[in-house]
Amino acid sequence: MPSPATPGSVASKNTPPLAAKLMHESPAPTPPAALPTPHFLRRYFGIYLALWKNSVAREMGFKSNFLLWIFVEVLWFGLQLGFIGVIYLHTDTIGTWTQWQVVLLVGASHFIQQIFQAFFLVNCTQLSELVRTGKLDFLLLLPVNTRFIISFRQVDLGGFVNAGSALAVMAFAAAKLHIHPSLLQLFGFLLLCVAGILIHYSLMFLLAGISFWTVRAQGIVWGYYNLFNIARMPDEAFQGWFKAVFTFVIPMLLVSNVPARLLVDKMTSVRPMLLLVGMAAVCAIISEWGWRQSLRRYTSASS
Amino acid sequence: MKKYWHVINIGIQNNLTYRVNFLFRAVFGFIPLLATIFLWRAIYAGKPAGTEVAAYSLAQMTSYYLLVTVVDALTAVNEDDWQIAADIKDGNISQFLLKPIDYLNYRLCLYFSSRIIYLAVAALPLSFFIFSFRSYFIPPADLATFGWFMVSVIMTGLLQFFSSYAMAMLAFWVLEVSTFIFILFAFEYIASGHLFPLNILPPVLERVLYFTPFPYQMYFPISIYMGRTSGEPMLEGLLIQAFWVIATYAIARYAWFRGIKKYSAVGG
Repeated sequence: MPSPATPGSVASKNTPPLAAKLMHESPAPTPPAALPTPHFLRRYFGIYLALWKNSVAREMGFKSNFLLWIFVEVLWFGLQLGFIGVIYLHTDTIGTWTQWQVVLLVGASHFIQQIFQAFFLVNCTQLSELVRTGKLDFLLLLPVNTRFIISFRQVDLGGFVNAGSALAVMAFAAAKLHIHPSLLQLFGFLLLCVAGILIHYSLMFLLAGISFWTVRAQGIVWGYYNLFNIARMPDEAFQGWFKAVFTFVIPMLLVSNVPARLLVDKMTSVRPMLLLVGMAAVCAIISEWGWRQSLRRYTSASS
Repeated sequence: MKKYWHVINIGIQNNLTYRVNFLFRAVFGFIPLLATIFLWRAIYAGKPAGTEVAAYSLAQMTSYYLLVTVVDALTAVNEDDWQIAADIKDGNISQFLLKPIDYLNYRLCLYFSSRIIYLAVAALPLSFFIFSFRSYFIPPADLATFGWFMVSVIMTGLLQFFSSYAMAMLAFWVLEVSTFIFILFAFEYIASGHLFPLNILPPVLERVLYFTPFPYQMYFPISIYMGRTSGEPMLEGLLIQAFWVIATYAIARYAWFRGIKKYSAVGG
């Protein structure tokens, strides 16, 4: 629910300097597809490094703001945990989920959300502003993959700090549950988190693409943000159409439930894991297809 | 007075431009609430039939969340606080200092018009949502209860608006107000009864909350509607709510008064 960027405010304090900087740092225009792979990767890595430097410099320019945002996120995280605490005053289990298992689930969900936020959220929300103002022109002209540059333009460093607090809560819950995940479990957990983040990114980018049709799509993107609320709820609370929709259409109930289940030994078969990875792949493909459709509609802004 | 009708009119037209935005907001906004209702269902399902949680049956609990969506649609401050802060930051308020229009009244009109459009757009998903839970949607006990509920909802709306307005006044002193707005919103979200009815909290905590304006921003009107607050405590509550409306109004006015003295019309 907390939105780290307010509609408008972030969109205004960026873009031209960054894009201009990029122009200078990227090598002379060459068709990327023709490049041999290692060189290709190195080039994109170099660009990404430059974007990181830029983000760090930007964040350090607003230090107190940076710290305040972390405080806001911690507050909201505490609020969710408080909600769980209040609910478990009145019940012992939700389905088979006990209190500390749900705390671990909320932690896992927060971890995934924060890493997603660190890499992608701001960039996704800004797409509609890029379209509305026509600044996308400039990014289209850069000799790099446009989706790459839009998706990775800015890094939200606070996300990493908040992901750390999520890990701390998870560790505390694990201690309360007396579970000691094996290395394999931890590795699997991280892999499943990556799949979950890929789902969030693919879907939000797809939604942001609606801005090519309706211009003001920020409401839509923030609407998606509401769905994070579902991701942190135990899957067993849901049945019927709701469960079906949020598993197979918008796989919110897989994103953090599956990784959390792996950690708390609630995984009965490999099927949920395969489903999560499979859905991540499907979402990524649909997102890319949607992006290509959207881009065709781009007509720039009158200037 | 006539000029403010014009403002409302303009506000309505302006907001109509973003109807798709509103629609998405409304539809997506229901999903977490729906999920919360299902969560409670699962909790009740795990208990012997007919169990009550803090004197709420499952039907009453569901009804509570339906009322949260209704009161929220009627009173929520969407983007007014951001816009006010942006107006101050960008120097747009300079024109209001010259025109015979009071900025607070102007914003209040815009808030009013945005609520009208939001309701118009959200009516369809909202009625669908309520319809699918119609067996849980309990009508108020009598007309008087409904009347008091509406009185309280109007005050809730004013309270929401004035507190957001006062918060946005911070833009006179700090560059980025969004963090402060979110901190207030976080407290409001949990302490106003958005997430759960406040009387399922431990009694001490609930009593402490009643010293803050938060319960009057959501929980109080719903408790009137559901008949949990009536008679003398209700009238007393309404008076306290009125006090908070006046207090936030005074703070909003005072903050503006102080802010204007400091204001230097950046870029104006």
